[in-house]
Amino acid sequence: MIIEFGHFALILAVMVSAFQLVVPAYGAHKRDARLMEVGDRAAVTQFFLILIAFVALVHAYVVSDFSVANVVANSHSTKPLIYRISGVWGNHEGSMLLWVLIVALFGALVALFGSNLPATLKAHVLSVQAAIGLAFGLFILFTSNPFERLDPAPFDGRGLNPILQDPALAFHPPFLYAGYVGFSMAFSFAIAALIEGRTDAAWARWVRPWTLAAWMCLTIGIAMGSWWAYYELGWGGWWFWDPVENASFMPWLAGTALLHSALVMEKREALKVWTILLAILTFSLSLMGAFLVRSGVLTSVHAFAVDPQRGTVILAIMLVFIGGALALFAARAGELRQGGLFAPVSREGGLVLNNILLTVSCATVLVGTLYPLALEAMTGDKISVGAPFFNMTFVPLMIPLLVALPFGPFLAWKRGDLYGVAQRLTFAAVVALIVLVASAAWVQRGPWLAPFAIALGVFVMMGSVWEIGYRVKAGVVPWPEAMRRLRNLPRSVVGTMLAHFGVGLAVVGIAATSAYRIETIVAMRQGDHVETAGYVLTFKDASKARGPNYTEDLVTLEVTRGGKLVTTLTPSKRLYDAPPMPTTEAGILASWRGDLYTVVGDPQKGGGYAFRIYFNPLVRFIWIGALIMFIGGGISLSDRRLRVGAPVRSRRRAGAVA
Amino acid sequence: MTRKQRRGTIIIAAVSVLALATILTMFALRDSIVFFHTPSDVAEQKVNVGQRIRLGGLVEQGSVKRGGGTSVEFVVTDTLKTVAVSYKGVLPDLFREGQGVVAEGVLEPSGHLLADTVLAKHDENYMPPEVAEALKAKGVNLGKSASHPDAQASKTQ
Repeated sequence: MIIEFGHFALILAVMVSAFQLVVPAYGAHKRDARLMEVGDRAAVTQFFLILIAFVALVHAYVVSDFSVANVVANSHSTKPLIYRISGVWGNHEGSMLLWVLIVALFGALVALFGSNLPATLKAHVLSVQAAIGLAFGLFILFTSNPFERLDPAPFDGRGLNPILQDPALAFHPPFLYAGYVGFSMAFSFAIAALIEGRTDAAWARWVRPWTLAAWMCLTIGIAMGSWWAYYELGWGGWWFWDPVENASFMPWLAGTALLHSALVMEKREALKVWTILLAILTFSLSLMGAFLVRSGVLTSVHAFAVDPQRGTVILAIMLVFIGGALALFAARAGELRQGGLFAPVSREGGLVLNNILLTVSCATVLVGTLYPLALEAMTGDKISVGAPFFNMTFVPLMIPLLVALPFGPFLAWKRGDLYGVAQRLTFAAVVALIVLVASAAWVQRGPWLAPFAIALGVFVMMGSVWEIGYRVKAGVVPWPEAMRRLRNLPRSVVGTMLAHFGVGLAVVGIAATSAYRIETIVAMRQGDHVETAGYVLTFKDASKARGPNYTEDLVTLEVTRGGKLVTTLTPSKRLYDAPPMPTTEAGILASWRGDLYTVVGDPQKGGGYAFRIYFNPLVRFIWIGALIMFIGGGISLSDRRLRVGAPVRSRRRAGAVA
Repeated sequence: MTRKQRRGTIIIAAVSVLALATILTMFALRDSIVFFHTPSDVAEQKVNVGQRIRLGGLVEQGSVKRGGGTSVEFVVTDTLKTVAVSYKGVLPDLFREGQGVVAEGVLEPSGHLLADTVLAKHDENYMPPEVAEALKAKGVNLGKSASHPDAQASKTQ
């Protein structure tokens, strides 16, 4: 009964979104305030209806209602509660429902908190947002209905793929979707601006927080996914340039560019046309990500169970939205007024460089992801494009970006002084140089580029810290005065500094772990030992154990360093009950120096096991860097300047009071 | 600086970055992509010695021989032709005789594949799709199993 209620709520929500698509837009056209206001209520209603549908599905999972086909296919009564809940979005149908829930949530947030938006802009935004909700709502109802019943109901479910039964992965999809779908706000605002044929600083000021929030969610979502892949899959790596990873990385790159160009538009009213195009492209890449994952054109760890019909429908949705948006852009972009002038060496110039490098690097990722598909369609040849391709194309484009990054925040708007900024960055450069020499002298192995990459990361980190130090005049004025200045800094400045610092930290981690990872493959019998990265690992014991829904072969490895016992690791091979599937559980000793990562392989003929042992230096910096970017984004988001004074220019004074 | 000059500067910067990226991409596509082949392709000499390929097919029943330490040898078949593969490392969880496999490595003059990566299916009913398709193209009857892409591919290095 609850399931039918949920199904009914979803159908109602789709009808409300159809209403919300038409009425506010018509109201905006007729300048009818009452019709436009209806959009607000529709958006909130739509959100609550989808929420009811979603809660109904979660309920079916929690109580293991095996008369629902979706629950049977993806859940099992012995599964722990948290994984029964995360199983809701661990499959195609449920995750689509989560997708439309988030689309509706963003629409409702605009309706509730957008009181200082111009009425017509808000009406148009809600209409476009409703169009997205409507398209995906219909997609769910007609091709991927999670509320379908089974008769007779089976006794138990088929279970969730065991590698998905993991805490990090329970939260990875919601964050990722909040990121993907969050960019739909930037998209809706862009379309609304094109329909109205005008944009101004207030528009950018409105778009920026939504983009920032979406970017934060995507950042942490990608980081969680990477962390999960690292410890759960047992491959010892943290990023595989897998097409589906790329599908989330491309909107991230484009979204990062959008954050920066929206800044130029807000402060200087320049780059308007470009910012609008970028907003459209960013969400288009999100849609493409959804298509790639769900259409079955790709295989990867992430690919959902697919059928070709769904792929075709998503492709059609994607083409309508992207094609329609680009056509509208082509027709209307020329009407947008040009903004302020700036010299090539200026804050704007730096942000333009940032945008060029980010979008071009995004394009290389796009080529590497789609080229195999295109080639197979045209010649029938099957190829794989892996890490070597991206190391040759993406990485060289990141180097100038990282070199330029610390300069940006120091440059003045309109016309900057490159020489003066270089002088201010001397300290950061000297620290980076010391790190370069020290790391080259210390490790004396690995690619010659690696110490440069590490030094580059340090340069970015030091540059960010130094910018704050410079702003508060640390060391120039007395400490209490510097502290007071620090407290008075706008939060967006502190957030920017933190996010850039996180980028540098992640770069250090990526460079160190890519270049200096130690891999050892060894067969050991009980009592044997192996030495790696200063640790001695001794194979102590092998045993069998029974977990809540799996059996496992556990191997105990004793880890000592300098003769002292550090820890014991227990890498294992698990066999899950439902579905019956073997998995590898890595035994990991994490530390600041790096992770000791052990995987147990096949049993050997004369007894004992094969082992794969990695030492991944500084790998932790990658995820901590991403976390710091997330926190930086959050601090920036809490800046009052992003919320106050958004109304139309001529009424800014009056609006700021409210 | 006039609007025109500013636009010119931006265009020059964008075009030069784009040109650089295009050149890098062309080189990378020439040097770093790996083609997928079946044992029949190898037998028909479509693959040059020393070329890096992905070899896909089924692990032949009874062909897996474990050497000393972590080295292992097996034969990949598309039921028409076979290629012997040697690999040193830990095989993926789902590596089984009679099941689908993709081995990536370099073809030796002896016609032997020296693999450094082995990918196997990650579910009882699943075979890497390129393998399933290639086998189907060769007229191999796969039964129900290959039409059920219900789960994930796993890889190991």
